[in-house]
Amino acid sequence: MKALVVDDSRAMRSILSRLLRKAGVDHIAEAADGCEAIACLDDDDLPDIALVDWNMPNMNGLELVGALRGRPEWRRITILMVTTESEQGQIVRALAAGAHEYLIKPFEEESLFDKLAILGFHQPVQGDSTNDFAHN
Amino acid sequence: MTVGGEQLLFVRQLVQRKTAIVLGEDKGYLVDSRLSSLARDLGHADATTMLDHLRKKPDLALEQRVLEAMTTNETLWFRDRAPFEALRQHVLPELARSGAGSRQLRIWSAACSSGQEIYSIAVLLEEHFADRFAGWKIDLAGTDFSVEMVKRASEGLYSTLEVNRGLPAASLVRHFDREGANWRLKPSIRSRARFWRMNLVEPWAPMPAWDIVLLRNVLIYFDIPTKEKVLRAASRQMAPGGYLLLGGAETAVGICPELVPEKIGDATFYRLEGREQ
Repeated sequence: MKALVVDDSRAMRSILSRLLRKAGVDHIAEAADGCEAIACLDDDDLPDIALVDWNMPNMNGLELVGALRGRPEWRRITILMVTTESEQGQIVRALAAGAHEYLIKPFEEESLFDKLAILGFHQPVQGDSTNDFAHN
Repeated sequence: MTVGGEQLLFVRQLVQRKTAIVLGEDKGYLVDSRLSSLARDLGHADATTMLDHLRKKPDLALEQRVLEAMTTNETLWFRDRAPFEALRQHVLPELARSGAGSRQLRIWSAACSSGQEIYSIAVLLEEHFADRFAGWKIDLAGTDFSVEMVKRASEGLYSTLEVNRGLPAASLVRHFDREGANWRLKPSIRSRARFWRMNLVEPWAPMPAWDIVLLRNVLIYFDIPTKEKVLRAASRQMAPGGYLLLGGAETAVGICPELVPEKIGDATFYRLEGREQ
């Protein structure tokens, strides 16, 4: 599985890449804005999923979503917006533009795995790993 | 400071006596992490001091808060996903057929915490079954040991961190309204569920029979006799043809023979042995 992480914060790219590796994603590319993301797309080796921030220089996340949906070859890329934009209207806009899911920053790492599961990329482990005082 | 000695023994005995949850001798760190902020809120130096105070001077209100802090667990929307897929694809369509005469559907979340499980069902019904169950009497109920959780569930108000957990974004914008930094379930979903306090290890007050009983991630905390007692009580509350769902790490096999596992989709449900087909 291949992923593209698009965020202008190097620290956030690093966090997201680490979590994706934890979720079993083995090929991860990073881009600092929409333009860089478009530039690094290879039609013969497209990512399965793109994690896209909203507020970035040059080309923002919403514009990138539009670009990814605008070209038939790129439409098979699943888009997860990961952004601090948390107004209801913004989420509606992103989904209408073609984002498949939306994760609001800040988030707990399990939330990213939940979103990957919703998108069919990561199967949650059945049962619960949080039962500190399970005894059997 | 990690809770130990007499204070740890005291809280272990209190938790087991009131909730049947067995807390290991090595769980001082857990007691500490669960009780530290409550202790600070109430003006105690730390959890040990608060427990010492409770040991020496019985205080039912404080005791309940300690128990709630020790037993409250995280919950999320559409937890584990597979059971909800099975409900959507198989169980609810089957109940729509078998209940066509009475046109009643009753679903109970037996340890509802802050309500995400039963509201996930309400969202599922709204998004996928609005036509099929139109005109039915739908009874969605949630119970929890914690008074605080029952209150929270009734309010239907969730932080962004909570709505991030497992809730599809399309469902978030459709069924919630932004309220400050939080998200409030719209009345169309919130009004579908009712909540009350119930301790599963005490005698159960009369209830209707349920078509689906969700008893997830509760039994893991109990010893075998308590598991058996709770499972038998749950089985008696199941409507003919009803379904019981346990947590992924739980089983009724070898504990309650009248409950027979049945694989449905990628989830395991339990049904009453010898039920009418």
